[in-house]
Amino acid sequence: MPKSDRSFYFRTELALVFMTGRKAHDLRELYEGIRAVPEASIYHHTHHSLQWPGDLSEPTNDFADWVRQVLKNEPVAEKLAAVDVYRYHTLKDLREALAAVLEPVLESEPKGAAREAGSGEEFVFLTSSLYNIPTPYTAKDLREFSDCLRKVSVQSLYYHIFEALLRPPLGTNDFSDWLSGCLDERELAERISRLDPYSHSMEALRARILEEVERRLGATVPDAGS
Amino acid sequence: MPVLSDYRAVAGPQTLDEVRFLGDRLKGRRLLHVNSTAVGGTVAETLHFLMPLFRELGLEARWEVIKGGEDFHTVVRKMRQALQGGYERFELRDYDLYLRVQEENLGVLPADHDLVMVHDPEPAGLVRGRRPGSRWVWRSHLDLSQPDPVVWNFMRGIVGSYEMTVTGSPSFAQDLERPQAVIHPSIDPLNEKNRLMAPEEISAVLERLQIPNDKPLITQICRLDTHSDPVGAIRSFRLAGKAVDARLLIVGAPADDEPGGEDVYDRIREEIRHDPLIHLLRLPHTRHAEINAIQRASAVILQRAHREGFGLTVTEALWKGRPVIASPVGGIPLQISHRKTGLLAHSDEGTAYWIKQLFQDPGMAVQLGENGREHVRRCFLATRQLRDYLLLFISLESPGDQVSL
Repeated sequence: MPKSDRSFYFRTELALVFMTGRKAHDLRELYEGIRAVPEASIYHHTHHSLQWPGDLSEPTNDFADWVRQVLKNEPVAEKLAAVDVYRYHTLKDLREALAAVLEPVLESEPKGAAREAGSGEEFVFLTSSLYNIPTPYTAKDLREFSDCLRKVSVQSLYYHIFEALLRPPLGTNDFSDWLSGCLDERELAERISRLDPYSHSMEALRARILEEVERRLGATVPDAGS
Repeated sequence: MPVLSDYRAVAGPQTLDEVRFLGDRLKGRRLLHVNSTAVGGTVAETLHFLMPLFRELGLEARWEVIKGGEDFHTVVRKMRQALQGGYERFELRDYDLYLRVQEENLGVLPADHDLVMVHDPEPAGLVRGRRPGSRWVWRSHLDLSQPDPVVWNFMRGIVGSYEMTVTGSPSFAQDLERPQAVIHPSIDPLNEKNRLMAPEEISAVLERLQIPNDKPLITQICRLDTHSDPVGAIRSFRLAGKAVDARLLIVGAPADDEPGGEDVYDRIREEIRHDPLIHLLRLPHTRHAEINAIQRASAVILQRAHREGFGLTVTEALWKGRPVIASPVGGIPLQISHRKTGLLAHSDEGTAYWIKQLFQDPGMAVQLGENGREHVRRCFLATRQLRDYLLLFISLESPGDQVSL
């Protein structure tokens, strides 16, 4: 974005997935993998399922899904799924949080942790190269912002809300940063940053942000996702 | 042939925006795809719809087919089987023949290309003709999870010369030194097998094929071979019992590249001879419109299998909004997240249980159908594969964990 340009440029993120060559057969190997793989792999396994647009179930990540479905260890799966990616502003901290779930299990329940995946059911550590690209949507004011927000993809929304947390200024979503810095809409920015994206499906999150923006615009709130 | 804008309604305008942006970055690149057959099979089907789209985006895209005699095709057929875990006998002269055909084809292939994607083992050895400055990718559509070690060792030496390899599913991959991308196969939502059909057209197809429409249909469409499990589908249907007032329809044809296909067909026919609620329809997989109509007319789709490739038949059924109950093999778990986008069942008993559940809870069937269709829209449509290929080519020129374009 040019320095003099105060418009909001909606971008989106595309991922190209790669194998890391690492697999896990049990909780110990999962833990060792979480400790060893590149940060991009931690990002991949904790973030790609968040891009599902609809409300399918509770939020989760690939580690939790595998522990639940393959190792049949519901208590550990529940704790892994409860690691809230929105709370961690660096992948290093997120990695630590995931490892911290597994460490006590490996120490206190070596038997439970010994359950192995069958052939073909191993956890395959993947990673992704992320390409962020422009979209045709640009907003100069709150009305245009609302119009664009209805049209952009779920991936674009995800990019500006979740991925933004890991970019400077750390811990802030792009919308709040722009609303506050360029439109001086501090209260609205604050309200949006207080929304817990981890508790919403992406479409529900879009609807909540639109609701806040429309309220500020003083307009009637249209149907969510319309 | 469809053009990009034809996909707007099904794939969404944002996907087309992304594809056009990426295409712009690659405008003018000379792209060559090479495979072993111009018609039949998933690779040729996919290239038929991708090539015009690459050209529309401004790439100079060409598609070449490796040429070889009957002996060559016998050897590479054995090679495919062996790489996918089958047992085949190989002589030294088989490998010699393979390499000789690669050399012969090198002389006739266009040399002036920037990007080359070689599909599957048949033309893999062409990489020996790689020119400086051109970037070569080997795209495997096979399940290489348990290959014959000798044949894989031979192929590994060849594949190591590529800049990058691509697999269709993490579970199909072998460890390789080179970067290995994962790009799922896809279906074309506009082709004969997947296009929208009017209810009258569906009814007319059912009538022509003499499929009764007095009860809901539970359908399994598969190759009749030892990897699929139509008998498992029959057992599951019978286990579901009287709680399910439906008919079971098994659709397929004996696999012509596997001995014993006719035996499988005869066994099923014998199995259902006295059962008026189970029907066996011999229909080749090339009868696209009929398969489309049958999938759309079905209340539930089954995919019982001992082994499966990516399972694009499942993708097609999900795209039609049908609830699918499938075995968790091959690429199926990537498509079906249990109780979210479909149902996974390991056994006949499990399959029967979920058939009953779907008939008792129509709301669940509708929800799974909707979720399954949305999952395919996001992950398994032709436009997504096109976008991934473009991204892959860009990644060869602009590598990195995070790249801003």
